[in-house]
Amino acid sequence: MSTTTPPITPPSSPHSPSSSGGGGGEVNYINATKGIKSWMFTVDHKRIGLMYMVGVMSAYGLGGLFAILLRSELWNPEPSFIGGAEAGTTEAMNNAWDFYNQAFTLHGAVMVFLFIIPAIPAILGNMVLPIMLGAKDVAFPRLNLLSFYFWVLGGLFFVWVLSKGIINSFYPGMIEIWGPGGLETGWTFYTPYSTTTQNSAVVAATFGAFILGFSSILTGLNFIATVHMLRPKGMGWFQLPLFLWALYATAIIQILATPVLAITLLLLIAEKTLGVGIFNPALGGDAVLYQHFFWFYSHPAVYIMILPALGIISEVVSVHSRKSIFGYKFIAISSLAIAFLGFLVWGHHMFTSGQSALTNAVFSLITFFVAVPSAIKTFNWIATMYKGDIRITTPFIYILFTIGLFTIGGLTGLFLGCLSTDIHFHDTYFVVAHFHYVMMGSTLFAFLAGVYHWFPKMFGKMYNVFWSNLGGIIAFIGFQLAFFIQFIAGSQGMPRRYASYPEHFEFYHQVSTVGAYTMGAGMIIVLLTWIVALRTGKKAPANPWGGNTLEWHTTSPPPTANFHAEPTAEEPYDYSGWKYVSPEEGWVQRTPEEREAARQQLGTGH
Amino acid sequence: MTQVTDSHTDDHTGHAGHDDHEHHGPPHLAHHFETPEQQLSSAKLGMWVFLATEILMFGGLFCAYSVWRGNHPEVFAYAHTALNKDFGFINTIFLITSSFTMAWAVRTAQLGRTKATFILMGLTLLGGCGFLVVKTFEYKAKWDHHLFVGDLNEHHPDYVAPAEAAHGEADGDHGAVDEHATIEQTAADHGAADHGTSDASVEVAGETTGETAGEIVGGAERTSIALAPDGPAGVVADWMVAPVIAGETADAGHADDHAADGTDEHGAHGEAAADAGHADAHGGGHGDGHSVSKEIVPLKDRQKIHQFFQIYFLMTGLHTFHVLVGMGVIAWLMFCKVPKGIFGPGYYTPIDLVGLYWHLVDLIWIFLFPLLYLIH
Repeated sequence: MSTTTPPITPPSSPHSPSSSGGGGGEVNYINATKGIKSWMFTVDHKRIGLMYMVGVMSAYGLGGLFAILLRSELWNPEPSFIGGAEAGTTEAMNNAWDFYNQAFTLHGAVMVFLFIIPAIPAILGNMVLPIMLGAKDVAFPRLNLLSFYFWVLGGLFFVWVLSKGIINSFYPGMIEIWGPGGLETGWTFYTPYSTTTQNSAVVAATFGAFILGFSSILTGLNFIATVHMLRPKGMGWFQLPLFLWALYATAIIQILATPVLAITLLLLIAEKTLGVGIFNPALGGDAVLYQHFFWFYSHPAVYIMILPALGIISEVVSVHSRKSIFGYKFIAISSLAIAFLGFLVWGHHMFTSGQSALTNAVFSLITFFVAVPSAIKTFNWIATMYKGDIRITTPFIYILFTIGLFTIGGLTGLFLGCLSTDIHFHDTYFVVAHFHYVMMGSTLFAFLAGVYHWFPKMFGKMYNVFWSNLGGIIAFIGFQLAFFIQFIAGSQGMPRRYASYPEHFEFYHQVSTVGAYTMGAGMIIVLLTWIVALRTGKKAPANPWGGNTLEWHTTSPPPTANFHAEPTAEEPYDYSGWKYVSPEEGWVQRTPEEREAARQQLGTGH
Repeated sequence: MTQVTDSHTDDHTGHAGHDDHEHHGPPHLAHHFETPEQQLSSAKLGMWVFLATEILMFGGLFCAYSVWRGNHPEVFAYAHTALNKDFGFINTIFLITSSFTMAWAVRTAQLGRTKATFILMGLTLLGGCGFLVVKTFEYKAKWDHHLFVGDLNEHHPDYVAPAEAAHGEADGDHGAVDEHATIEQTAADHGAADHGTSDASVEVAGETTGETAGEIVGGAERTSIALAPDGPAGVVADWMVAPVIAGETADAGHADDHAADGTDEHGAHGEAAADAGHADAHGGGHGDGHSVSKEIVPLKDRQKIHQFFQIYFLMTGLHTFHVLVGMGVIAWLMFCKVPKGIFGPGYYTPIDLVGLYWHLVDLIWIFLFPLLYLIH
């Protein structure tokens, strides 16, 4: 990595961001150095973010593909993916069920470990966190790169292990070449299923998840140290952009929860390979202990997935409503509150696992507490939009979807947190619909909103607004089609994780499958808009939205060191300093006199 | 101006590229930090956060330990006597001393006294080595006594005895022994069938040895039967007294080996003496003058001894792995970095960080020692 010689711009030529719009030969982080090595060994947080983006989106494609296959199997109660077997035979049925079990495991595990958890922190967080702080990089740049390679290593291993069994089920001949494999335990690896099934790649898969955990821990560690140590002068904790509050809360969860997953997976490996018996009552272990351990990580992990998404909402809502965020401190603290409460509610996954009634009641109560900070955020976003100068931009449309999906997902969570109703809904499609609304609906659409919000900053290109909006709207309709009906199916008793079902559920499943296809089409449009924008997009201005967080104070895309001149911290949600000029130049900074006039005209304090 | 990130590569080792920087920092200042103090604080914060993750990772194990001990207090109280407290104590001394030399090394590094730093880190490394040597002896003894982790523990249902012990008799033999046993155990207590022999060994110590392991291979009798804990008066015999765990098992040598834990002659004895004088072994075990708790331990608890050893090996194993990693880093710094004389008042971050790590490893042992060795 020391072979690349950095081009140095003379220190005597500090540009102001707005003046740099014209020059075509601008040196930025993308074109600063060339060659594959300059990417593979880079320690630039922005390049690492981009590499994550490629990897994470590939994982998303794989997980999405299997979602489509799952829904195809569920189109009717008969077995569909029967491999080489003759239709109607028992073998055909077994093949289809095997395939289904492995497919939903792969879908869940890839989406959780490879897509949702790293999506926002590793891609967008890496990209903008240091810039928002006015820093040149994260605190530990090389650790950041290491985290990426852990992700790649763990991810490849994980995908390989999970795909092997599925390939085998289509080409039985491959078993002789690389042996049996595949995982059919579901992404949760519940014991005793995971410890007793034969031919299951539990050990390999958990080892992959273990490595991915390291990646997650290193990213979290980096973010915590960066937020603590690299804030510029004048930026106190309450001048921190809300996205960073969300990332900070996320990082705390990553640090505190992921090690517990690591030890859980190690124990599971020991259980499987050595027969240790920690989770096996026949050997003196505790049957539910695994679930306790697993959810002690995985419930907070749900907040690893959703908190950064909530942070993006706070940013986008404020910028595109041209209004200072309402209730800044409440939103900031509520992120920490969610992180804290997230550690106290894991037992609500085990209401039917034989916990004592008292334990259930306590976990149920604390679960309801989570609704408080979540509602605080939602009301504050709506209050921010109220009487705002709303611009219906692409990110804003996606954010509206996110808030809607988050609200539905959150409110249906109340039915699951409530003991009496949960007994009925447990392990039904109601649960499936609920967590897809919260994790997938909210996080995915917020992630897309974030990408569209920062796309001009990341790549210096603008995208096609019409197609981007259309893709989002199609995906949103598809999502609602696919999942809303699952609430009904679930409340009527359709259990999750079955490849077949009674006839009268066929209608629900077919609607759901059509929804999944629609959503897939929408997502393909979204991805195409990104690719087209990268190739032919118009040059983006430094500040296309008029945001005031520090990333809008530098050029698009930023130079390798992020800023041409040392930035000074400002109130992140004070928009009085910017005026709109033209699509090409975007928003430019007002002179102090203009700013004062604008303030008086607006009648706002700041 | 543009300071390009490739100068990151020089973070700790060189300084090219920093000369263009507007603040001419000390050689080890990475480009994205303003001052060495900020860099040191960041590194330390990062290390503390990392140590928090370590604590949580071990926390999972401690939690599993609590659950197991809570569920089976009698097993833990009994089984820990198979561990050698002296070895545990020596290891505690090794680690505490090495922590002290490590802390001292950090100080000398701050003062730039290269030679002293080198020696003190060497002593730390020696402490780690001593720990590992003792740990090896302990593990070896457990291995010899088939008290290893998982199904390598002879009390485990899936245990497969090594070949040399496989000359056991037919099941019928045992049926006879079992008859005067009283309580039905759960399947988990499978081992009881073999331990029926122990019953025999009460009366005819030394004669029934060798059967047990063979029985386990046969393994047919999973519906085990064992002595009542409150069994008939007078069955208080040597083998029921802690720590003579192996009294009921095939290897006569177990008894004294447990007592003397890992001494070579006994280890060899244990291997070879499947058929050898049982009584001798018992005598040897107690003759050592080991402090032996004279509590009576019900047979059914002794058969669950593997439960203790699972958690023992997981906890000490993970800890030992951390010791190894720490020693690796210390050795690397000591041989590759310290001799260059790069550490001094302005820059001693790596020494400081590895010191923190080493203290944590030490601290975890401070918790492991009483929890595993000193249970009462």
